[in-house]
Amino acid sequence: MVYEKSYDIIVIGAGHAGCEAALASARMGCATLLLTINLDSIALLPCNCSIGGPAKAHLVREIDALGGEMGRNIDKSFTHIRMLNLSKGPAVQALRAQVDKKYYQMEMKHTLESQDRLDIKQAMVEEILCDETAVTGVRVQTGIEYRSRAVIVAAGTFLEGLIHIGETSFPAGRGGEVPSIGLAQNLKYLGFNLGRLKTGTPPRIDARTIDFSQGKIQESEDVPLPFSYTTGPISGRGRLSCWLMETNEQTHRIIRDNLHRSPLFSGRIKGTGPRYCPSIEDKVVRFPDKERHQIFLEREGWKTSEVYLQGLSSSLPEDVQIAAVHSVKGLEKAELMRPGYAIEYDFLLPVQLFPTLETKLIKGLYTAGQINGTSGYEEAAAQGIMAGINAAAAIKELPPLILLRSEAYIGVLVDDLVTKGTEEPYRMLTSRAEYRLILRQGNADLRLTEKGYRYGLIPEDRYQRFVIRREMIELETARLKETRLRPTGQVQRLLRDLGSERLGKAVSLADILKRPDMTYRRTATLDKDRPSLPPDVISETETEIKYEGYIEKQQQQVVQYQRLESRLVPEEIDYDAIPSLSREGREKLKNIRPVSVGQASRIAGLTPADITILIVYLEQQRLQALRQREKTS
Amino acid sequence: MERDTIAAVSTPPGEGALAIIRISGPGAIKIARSLFRAGSAGIVEKFESHRVYYGFILDLKDGKKIDEVFLTALLAPRSYTREDMIEISAHGGMQPVRQILQQALSAGARLAEPGEFTKRAFLNGRLDLAQAEAVMSVIKSRTEAGLKSAVSQLRGFLSRDIEELRREIIGLLALMEAEIDFPEDVEISEVYDKALDKVQGLIRKLDDLIASADRGRILQDGAALAIVGKPNVGKSSLLNRLLREARAIVTEIPGTTRDVLEAMVNIGGVPVRAFDTAGIRATTDMVERIGVERAREVILQADILLLVLDGSQPLTEEDCVLAVECAQKRTILVINKADLPPAVNEEALAEMMPGTPLLRISSLTGEGVTALEAEIAAILLGGEIVLERITVANIRQVEALVRATAALRTGREAILCGQPAEITAVDLHDAADALGEITGETTTDDVIDRIFSDFCIGK
Repeated sequence: MVYEKSYDIIVIGAGHAGCEAALASARMGCATLLLTINLDSIALLPCNCSIGGPAKAHLVREIDALGGEMGRNIDKSFTHIRMLNLSKGPAVQALRAQVDKKYYQMEMKHTLESQDRLDIKQAMVEEILCDETAVTGVRVQTGIEYRSRAVIVAAGTFLEGLIHIGETSFPAGRGGEVPSIGLAQNLKYLGFNLGRLKTGTPPRIDARTIDFSQGKIQESEDVPLPFSYTTGPISGRGRLSCWLMETNEQTHRIIRDNLHRSPLFSGRIKGTGPRYCPSIEDKVVRFPDKERHQIFLEREGWKTSEVYLQGLSSSLPEDVQIAAVHSVKGLEKAELMRPGYAIEYDFLLPVQLFPTLETKLIKGLYTAGQINGTSGYEEAAAQGIMAGINAAAAIKELPPLILLRSEAYIGVLVDDLVTKGTEEPYRMLTSRAEYRLILRQGNADLRLTEKGYRYGLIPEDRYQRFVIRREMIELETARLKETRLRPTGQVQRLLRDLGSERLGKAVSLADILKRPDMTYRRTATLDKDRPSLPPDVISETETEIKYEGYIEKQQQQVVQYQRLESRLVPEEIDYDAIPSLSREGREKLKNIRPVSVGQASRIAGLTPADITILIVYLEQQRLQALRQREKTS
Repeated sequence: MERDTIAAVSTPPGEGALAIIRISGPGAIKIARSLFRAGSAGIVEKFESHRVYYGFILDLKDGKKIDEVFLTALLAPRSYTREDMIEISAHGGMQPVRQILQQALSAGARLAEPGEFTKRAFLNGRLDLAQAEAVMSVIKSRTEAGLKSAVSQLRGFLSRDIEELRREIIGLLALMEAEIDFPEDVEISEVYDKALDKVQGLIRKLDDLIASADRGRILQDGAALAIVGKPNVGKSSLLNRLLREARAIVTEIPGTTRDVLEAMVNIGGVPVRAFDTAGIRATTDMVERIGVERAREVILQADILLLVLDGSQPLTEEDCVLAVECAQKRTILVINKADLPPAVNEEALAEMMPGTPLLRISSLTGEGVTALEAEIAAILLGGEIVLERITVANIRQVEALVRATAALRTGREAILCGQPAEITAVDLHDAADALGEITGETTTDDVIDRIFSDFCIGK
């Protein structure tokens, strides 16, 4: 049966990718349908309750700057927050929050349900429908066919999901949920190349059975800025503390003695797991000299006594997990509420995607999130909003939104996926970003809000506030650069009081601020005409000035990089027609089909000579086309 | 239009009478202005297009003349690449050519990629459309040739040393990056204190490597061999013997050779740059004195010395002074004029220079020359000069090494100024990238791999 109403865009899956994709699509004016296997699992956080941290907080700030929802939703629901990396430089500082899992879900569901043009339905998609040219809709388990012009698949770990706990394995999408078998078969049938990955989660224990006095407490902090630019000053909602405990020799012995029962070591798990998130059995085997490993105890919410044991991810049999937990000082009497598990799932090799996240194989079909080989809520949400924007842009006949590596972590994420692919669950790291100094969480709006506004994702009033903030930063930066300080007796005295070097000649306030021992606040006495500015404006101005030299150096590199990026490769290019390409280079180019010379230059195994040959060929084609046109006109 | 300026030697490698260095791009004229002094007028403020200038290329560091050249300016668009171009026609000795190119690079040019002049000519519309395919195949073949020689150059110690240094930098970076990306997982506190020591150590090692890379010119440019001795012992005739042609002027008049002559010879398969020096003696003749000074410079730079003595004469004070000077270097004692009755005291020589090989030859008849050649080759190939470290580096590689050191020095500054980790990491990254250009590896993935293999990270 074909459903009477037809949509512009259908989103499959209502996890973090699906929610952002559906909201972006609907906000851009598209009639959108969001399908989920279980309406009670919208925006579920199946693993950690922690969001953010280096590179991940950056992603959240960028999603927010583009008009996405994740940042706002964290600000509504967090129970614990800290600013990490304060001493390591402004670009790598990062917020990290723990949220109330249920509250997070409820808030997101409420936001979705308040969104115009967005229908939300519970259904399991069995088949993606398409004609010879493009996608046409989906068919669900109950037989109904929904028509649409674009489909975004954000199926997470549900494709052929298989959970392992010790010697037991069973099909599941996540703990306690049914997997999606039909869709995985269907994607293979359509001609997609799927790979297999593995991830895992630790056991949850009952807070009432923990001896917290044995742990080191870690309180939530007061942080200067929220995740979202739309959030006002953070209110005094109740905070929950974390505790730090440790494994010991006995824990490790229990694990070692039971390795033969681990599906990871017996070879039953075939998928590749993430190196940055190893299970405790992996850590014990790989680092045998370490006498202890950290465990963070995190409360999963205000109204639950479930506690997440960060650092104790495991797929050992449940009895071994219990024994291992009990060996930890403070957890001797702990009751397990859910066992840890490993899950294997199918993913779509992401080199099959264009940088818009549209599949190269089927027009109008997009994929986003864990299905593309990433891990992490933030990585998923980032792809979700990009797929949503690009699918909607295609329908509205707007240019696609492709973020450059120099513009956003989102740009690095998408480019890495579609150009290099991934062999393990891909996690964003600040060290993946070559222009890290200019991709700060503090300037995410300066980098992206203009774009979000252009695509209709930023409401007018928010945009006006942004313009004012941008102007304030520009004006204050200019003022600090123009205000001169002369080496008068009074200035020298003030500098001495600050414990800073005397002036040799007249300098600007900006020069003083660049001294390593100086901050904006410390220079107040030297700056009598200082205007009163919001803290976020001050911190951005301060960073721009203090690190000006380094920032400029990166910006010069960016100019070089963008020149290659702006040399586009036509979609219909025939690589077999280019003489002189190396055989390997030709194969790689045919496989990846880069959109620009810049993207081509990042394909592993392509030599600089191949790139030069490609440039020359493109130029030849351009000239030929030009002559053709001259002749005909 | 490209925005940077490129430079390269356009004549084939090896010894030729002349060599041409080409510079192309918006900075070409500026570079010429800083390097070139016209024979008569000094600095040329404004180069006219298609005019040949006679003059000298200077060393930017000390202002010394490197070579006497003809320089042609070709202003855009009337040049091969349609950019501003400078063509420097220099003497074909490898040393001056290499030096001129290096000067152009330090003045702001970048070493051209294989086929890049042709690529620019094409992209700027200079070549016909039909020639595009030829351009592509030129790029391909030059790259392949370049790769082959790069591979052979990378054999041996250089690649191993560079890879080791690179690995050290990556290790240090991994430490910093792990702290940045996993602040709650990694328990490292002493990273930053150790970083300074490590960077210092790395700078020292790189400096050594650059010095030895320079020594490693041997296989590429040839080992430097200086023929020294007091006047009229037959140095020039020995050079002619080695060359199997008359290149140096030979007369009976002491002090005929006023300057240092350079010639390329193949001795037992080893390319050797042989320098015939002025006879070293105290002299009042101005010109001859300059020659003697330059001879002393050559001795300092040579890889191996041939100290030539007249076997038909007893040892003089001058011979003994020279022997002491030569004792600093790898030397072969050459007793010339074996065709005449011997008068030299060989035992006294052996005492003065213990362990130094001594050979009797006659450059007049050729007697003993083959044995001398065998000895030279043996020392160069099997001796400690080469065994010490065969580091054959081309300009591109040395340039990358220099850039890596410069980045590390900036990094050291950053640490000393108390800059945060992310700033220091930028410099370390630059250093690793520069070395990676030589070994053909990329930094980012290696750092990430290293983080996971070195540290136990996990949520």
